[in-house]
Order: sequence, then structure tokens, then C-alpha cells
Amino acid sequence: MDLEEWFYSLPIRLRSFFRPNQVDQEMKGELREHLERQIAENIASGMSPHEARRSAMLSLGGITQIEQRCRDARGATLLQDLVQDLRYGFRQLCRSPGFSALAIVCLALGIGANTAVFGWLEGILFRPYPAVSHQERLLALSGIARGETDGTALSWPDFLDVRRNCTLCEDAFVSKITGSTLSIGDHAEVATGSIVSANYFDAIGVHPVLGRGFEPGEDVGSASHPVVVISYQLWRNRFKGDPEIVGKTQTLNNVPHTIIGVTPDGFYGTFVGWAMQFWVPASMEETFESEGYKLEDRGARWIESYVRLKPGASRVQAQQEVSALAARLENDYPATNRGRGIKLWPLWQTPFNNAHTLLPTLEVMVAVVAFVLLIACANVGNLLLVRSFVRRHEMSVRLAIGASRVRLVKQLLTEGFILAMLGTAAGFLMAYWCRHALVLLLPARSGVSMYLPGEMDGRVMALGAGICLIVTLIVGLVPAFQTRHLDVAGPLKAESSVVVGVRSKAWVRSGLVIFQVSLSFVLLVGAALLLESLHKIRNTSPGFSTTTVVTTHVSLVAGGYDAPRARIFQDELLDRLNRLPGIESAAFAAVTPLGYATFPSTPIAIDDYQPSPDEQPSVEYNQISPGYFSTLAIPLVSGREFTRTDDENAPLVAIVNRTMVARYWGSQDPVGSRLQVKGQWARVVGVAADTKYQSMREAAKPFFYVPLRQDFVRGPALNIRTQQPLQSLSAAVLREVHALDRNLALYEMITLQEQVNRSTSPQLVAVTLVSILGSLALLLAGVGLYGVLSYAVAQSTRELGLRMALGASSAKLLRLVISRGLRLTAAGVFFGTVAALALMKFLGKLLYNVSPHDPRVFGSALAIMVITTVSACLLPAWRASRTDPARVLRN
Amino acid sequence: MSKPSDLVQGTLDMLILKILALEPMNGWAISQRLKQVSSDVLGVSDGSLYPALYRLERRGWIRAEWKKSENNRRARFYSLTRLGRKQLERETAHWNRVSAAISGIVNLEGA
Repeated sequence: MDLEEWFYSLPIRLRSFFRPNQVDQEMKGELREHLERQIAENIASGMSPHEARRSAMLSLGGITQIEQRCRDARGATLLQDLVQDLRYGFRQLCRSPGFSALAIVCLALGIGANTAVFGWLEGILFRPYPAVSHQERLLALSGIARGETDGTALSWPDFLDVRRNCTLCEDAFVSKITGSTLSIGDHAEVATGSIVSANYFDAIGVHPVLGRGFEPGEDVGSASHPVVVISYQLWRNRFKGDPEIVGKTQTLNNVPHTIIGVTPDGFYGTFVGWAMQFWVPASMEETFESEGYKLEDRGARWIESYVRLKPGASRVQAQQEVSALAARLENDYPATNRGRGIKLWPLWQTPFNNAHTLLPTLEVMVAVVAFVLLIACANVGNLLLVRSFVRRHEMSVRLAIGASRVRLVKQLLTEGFILAMLGTAAGFLMAYWCRHALVLLLPARSGVSMYLPGEMDGRVMALGAGICLIVTLIVGLVPAFQTRHLDVAGPLKAESSVVVGVRSKAWVRSGLVIFQVSLSFVLLVGAALLLESLHKIRNTSPGFSTTTVVTTHVSLVAGGYDAPRARIFQDELLDRLNRLPGIESAAFAAVTPLGYATFPSTPIAIDDYQPSPDEQPSVEYNQISPGYFSTLAIPLVSGREFTRTDDENAPLVAIVNRTMVARYWGSQDPVGSRLQVKGQWARVVGVAADTKYQSMREAAKPFFYVPLRQDFVRGPALNIRTQQPLQSLSAAVLREVHALDRNLALYEMITLQEQVNRSTSPQLVAVTLVSILGSLALLLAGVGLYGVLSYAVAQSTRELGLRMALGASSAKLLRLVISRGLRLTAAGVFFGTVAALALMKFLGKLLYNVSPHDPRVFGSALAIMVITTVSACLLPAWRASRTDPARVLRN
Repeated sequence: MSKPSDLVQGTLDMLILKILALEPMNGWAISQRLKQVSSDVLGVSDGSLYPALYRLERRGWIRAEWKKSENNRRARFYSLTRLGRKQLERETAHWNRVSAAISGIVNLEGA
């Protein structure tokens, strides 16, 4: 139909669509009119009234058929057929409620799991920041060391250069997570907030509901603008929604800040995983960060930032621009920037928040839920196959009385559509309930409110609807395919020919079961591998004691201590703690290993090591107090530990780890040689064993330690080696702290094992989710197998009865059915193993010290599979063995 | 119900268009006129007429309106649209070409 025809016929088609009944009535009226006139004419030509009517009817040729042909010609039947099919489909499904419920539950589980995971992807990776405008153009901005793949923090001056020089960026802003003690009245609590650039709220398009955001210039200077914007939740919960809040003062880390604004409800900041409670401008950075004034220091890398691209600009173009800028900076500031690049990341690859830690898990989940969906579809397909045999008779009758095959296929598709629709609706509901479930899987931390929402937005719904469509086709086409072989006469001739029909199609159903078993075997192997990894990762020594060492912080920064006072306090506290019974040793360290805080890194130089021209060796380090190695039980390979005399007046010293020795000194003993740190030469006095530093999964890397006294931070972590339980220890330590200063507080005290567990929580999430979905898959496969065998047994009652009559024992029949189930399982496991061997390498980042082809893991998966399938076979087998030959033969 | 052969089926559309080109008519009148002009040779059954009318209407070639018929009853009157007129010209030209060719062949063989 060309455009003009389409246009001309639009009115009539619209009318047929919106007023189908009226159009139909008119058509019938027209035919009646014709008939009446024909009758009248026939009577006029001398026929009897009866004969006249008969002849008129004949000449028209069956009024109902003509009506239908007119409807067809008008093209109006499409909608009417659909309505009719829908109504009929619903009736059919209601007629076998057990079947329908089972099918809908299967589909709901499959579609729900998919939608939930898509929702998490959307809410955590793609549109992670509620209320922030134009997230599709946001990119994460980080530094990157040459030759590395992970992002690093950026320095403030580098960030400013990006903001000034990136012409493709609409805006760039800083949002660096920080913590603070928040005392309101006599109640002190830890709160999580962000240090941001002054343009933050304008850049993300969030406008405070009370007061204002930051003004340009408020992120300039040292401690010059003590202002804070608080979150809606904080305002509601801690300030009781005080309408006069703006202009009041709140003490953060012992510095009074003026509250200038309250953010809108539903805005949680820009950090994936945690809800932010307050925002301070970068000029207040010293109050929250421990290393002093850093806004003019290109070597101090501490910020996390984002850019928003101009509309139409691509990440690749912007990256070229930023890389060119990084090269210029390298050239202009070689001392701090040599070997340093700047990188733009899509939000879902953001290197510095929980997006980074959850990405590998969520990637795997996409594949896992696709498997679950396929298994669910296979199950429903199987159910429908059974029904299509049962309905052969009905279909044949409908064909015989004149339904077209196309119409039958449409009818079956409609039934599939109804199932898929109901399944999708239930699945959406399930996904909606599960949208906050991820938080439950992650360990709680004090002072942090976790926020990992699934987002059920239009894009997720569209994906869900897409799945629904595919499922409709799969689920509807399976039985539709069967009508191809439908013979109008066959089933009508003999009602009982159903059984023969089943036999010939048994392989389809067996194939579906094998398919299900293979898929769930793959998931089982995946779950087992992840479980094994988690077990290994939590039981592998990170290179230091974990269960007998606790870590905490004293609120020195918040307490307003300057460096000299902090030094005295730290020494006195260590002396007091070391005297306490039950404490074996105690030591400070700037950063606790495996925590969220990252280690500082510095360019280094070594006397006898000649770096290649474009290499600027840069190594991470930690500032520690004497007794750190003995407290954490990190072995010293040679040389000595730091002592009290390695203080700010003594010559600079350092302790390096084994990997650093291997890389820069080779086989030489480094003790006594020189190492340049931050431009100053220090003498190496010892070599320590390697440990894990930032993550349990990292490879051995160069690392060194300097005395805390010689590179001071005010708020280091306190590590204590003890056998005492946390509760009493915490009270004892707090007593000692209060003995020195009543105003100080102690932060959350945890064992280093807990620290390890927190750092491996993404693995825990992966294990939990894959295990849940793996069990689900196993259950579905079990149901599928059970269904096939039960049906086979029910259909072959006559054969079983005969066998029994001819002397087969019931044990033999039991074995017969179970062996059939095991044959299907064996085939499924075979294909599953092939698929698993090919697929498991994609678990990559989530595996730890486990080969993706670990035979033990495959073995245990096989055992679980066999147990499941045997249990699925038991009931049908038992039924087979109870066949009563006399009754069967009589029938 | 006798099914007209394909040739006649395709021609039925053209005949209806031709009849309606002269004046708008209702279904009954069209059926009478068809019988009249084709002297029952083509054997167009009334059963085929109405679906054809709806088909033509859907293609936008004819248009239906409710009007008083000659016996003072309301009836659907069909008339040709601009599109239908163009279609008729196309079909007539085509018909003339084809029938000339066919009669040429038929006469040749008959000779």
C-alpha cells in the first residue's frame, strides 16, 4: 500500500478500529437490505415467499461467510481476533490452573531475576546518582600511572588544569569522600561526607531546598571557608527538620562550620554505595584530610572527580584532549608528573568507589540471570509441549471446522503472550522488592549508610518488556511448531492416539531437559568456584596477623590536635597501652592495610639504580610507629625495625619490602644503601616480608615504610595485638584515651580479619547471588526432569503394567525410570561440562587462587547435580513400580 | 458459492470502478448493473460483490456515504475517489493492452 492509499484509507481504518461494532452493524445492515430487495424482486417475479428467501440466500451464498469475508476485506478482524484470542486464552489458562501457576512462577523467577539485575546495573553503574542531571554525559576523572590499568587519585592543581583546558567538557567537579565526627548536643556520631569543588551543586544540577550551595571562590585558600551543606536525611533525623537551620553552626572535626544549605530529598551525593550526609568545600580539606594543605601541591594526589561532556562530544575525543594536557603537565612539572597520565572513565568503570568493586560481580550476574531465564523458558516450553499433546484433539477440531493454521498459531502465541505478560508483571514486582537487597549482602560499617538502589526506570522496564516479547515467541512457538504436523483427520478418528503422538515427540522434551541440566550444571560449577575462591581468599594469610590484631582511630584530627601535641599524645598512649595486661603490643600506622584509604605514593630514586629515560619509579609507602611489624607480625627479613630514636631530629630511615629489593637492588642487600623519598635521601635500615596492601587479590608489589615521626600524620590508625575480646578491649583503650584527654573519642574498633572480610565483600556478594540463582536453576531443572519422567510414566502405564505382568519386579521398574533420568542427566552434565570449561574463565576477576577448571569443583557440582536428579526421579519411579498390572490390563 | 476465475476476479475491481465512475450507487444497484452490463456472462455472484466493495474502500479507491435510496430508505452509496479514478485509468489501459494482445493471439491461432 503506498502512502497515498494509506492516507486515503486512514478514516475508514480508524473508524473500524475505534467503532468496530457500529461498522459491523452497518455492514450487516447493508447485506440485509440487499437480501430483502432480492426477496422482494423474487416475489415480484412470481416465487412463493419461502422460495424467494431461499433463492436470495443462495445467490448471496451464506450470509455469515459473506460477513466474515467483508470483515477480512476491511482488515478489521485483526483487533477482534486479538480480543477473542485473549479471552479464549485466559479461559484456557484458567481451565488448568496448576499448569498456569507453575508456568507463571517459572517465568516470574526468570524475568524477575533479570529485571532485578538490570535494575542494579542501572542504579549502581549506569545512572548511579539519583537527582543528578544528565548522568549519561558524566565521566569519572582520575590519574593513571604509566603502564598501570587502575586509576589513581588526582592532585588539585592537575584537576584545575583539566577544568580550564578541556574544551569538550561542559564542567568538571571534585567529590572526594571523607568522614567526620558530628556532635550534636551530647551525642557524637561518625558521618560520611564529601569534600567538593565550589561548582559542585551547579555542575550536578542539584539545588538546595533550604539555603544555598557553594559560591565560586569558596574552594580557594587554606581553611578559609568553614561552610557546610547537609543532606536532607541528616537535617530530618539529626536536626529534627529545623526550618531555621541555615546560618546555624555545626562542629565538624572540631572546627565550627556554618550550615548554609540542605539538599533535596532523594539526593545521596555522588559516591556509589554510600549515602553522603554533608558536603564541605575543598578549602576545608585540611580539617578532614590528614596530610595538611594540599591545594597547591601537584604531588599530593588525593581527589576523586568527574567531568560532564558537552552534548555531542565523545569520551574518546575528550580523552585525546585530556591526554594531550597530561603530556604538557608531564613536560612542565617533571618532578611531580613524570609518568603520570589522566584518564576519563565511563561511570560504570569509575575506579574509585563501589562501582569499581561491584562491577565484576554484576557483569557475571548478567550472564547468570540469562541462564536462569533460559532454564525457566525451557521449563515452560516443556509444560506447553505436554499441553499441546493434550490439546491436539481440540486443535484438530478447530482446523476441521475451518480455522486457518495462521489463526491457530496466533491463538497459541496469544496464550504464550498472556503467560509471558503475567510472568513479567510478577517478575517486575519481584525485582521491585529486591531493588535494595544488595545492601543486605554487604557488611555494615559504623557511620556509613549504605545506599545501593536498583533503579526500575524506563530503560529497565523496556528491557524487561523486550524479554517478555522474546519469551512470548519462545513459549508460544513451541506448541505452534507442533501444529505443523497436525493432521485434521488423525486425532478425530481415534481419541486415544495421543500416546503415539507423544512417543514421536519425546526427544524434544528430553532435549529441553538436557538443555536445562547443562545450563544449571554450568551455574553450579560457577557457584562452586566462587565459593571455593571466597573460602581461599578469607583463609589466605595477607602476610600479617588478622584475628589477633584490632584496628581503630583516635579522633585527634577531630579533636583539633596540631602536630606537636599529636606526637606527644601518640607516644603517651602507646606507652600506656603497652603497659596494659592483655595487650601484647600496639603501634600506629598512617593507613591500615586492606581498608578504603589508599596508601600515598612518591617518586623515588636509588643510588645504584638507573631508571630508563621515561621511567619515573614511584612506590607506595606507609608511615608507621615503632612496634608496627611486631604488632602485625610481619617478619623482618634483615636489618631492624624503627625505634623511638628514629624521630624528626634523627637521620631519615626507611624499611623496604622484598619485592622492592628484588626490583631495585636485585640480589644485593639494600640495608645501608640510600633511597630518595619525596626529594630527601633516607637510609634503608631493614627489609620486611611482602604483605597484601590494598587488596587480597593484588600481586606482590614494591612497598616501603618510613617512621611516622619523620613524615607525620595527625590521625593515624591504631593497631593493637591482643587476645582479648573486642568489647572489653575497646572499653580499656577508651579509658586510657580519656585518661589523657576527656574530649577525645574512639572510632569503630574491628579486627584485621573483619577488615579483610570487608575488603572481600564483593566476592561475598558474588557468591551469595550466584548461589541463590544456582539453586534456583537447579530447582527448575529438577522440576523439568520430574515433569518429563512423570509424564513418561503416566503415558506408559500400559507398557509398565505389561512388563510387570510378564514378571518384571517393581525394583526393576524403579531402576528403569531412574536410569532413564540418569541418562538425561549424564547427557546434560556432558554438555554442561563442555560449556563450563569454555565459560568459567570469564569469572576472571572474581576467582582467587582457584583454577577455573578445578576438577574438585567440577566433581562436587556433579555430585549435587546427581543428588538433585535422582530425587527428581524418585517419585515418578516409585509410581511406576506401584503399577497394578491387573488394573492396567483390564483397562 | 461459485468462485470466479482469477481473471474475472481481477476484473471485478475494474468493473466496479467503471460502474461507479458514471454515478454513485448503493450495493444493490451495483449488483443489478453488473448483471445488466455483463449479461450474466461473468457470473459475478453477489457474494463476491460486497467483500470487493470493502476491499476497494480500504484501498481508498471508493468512498461510502449514507444517503436516501430511490425507495426512500437509507443506504450506503459508493462513489469513486480521486485515487480510484486514477486506478481505473491505469487498469483500463492495462486491460486494453492485454486484451488486444490476447485477442491477437487467439485470432492468429483461430486462422
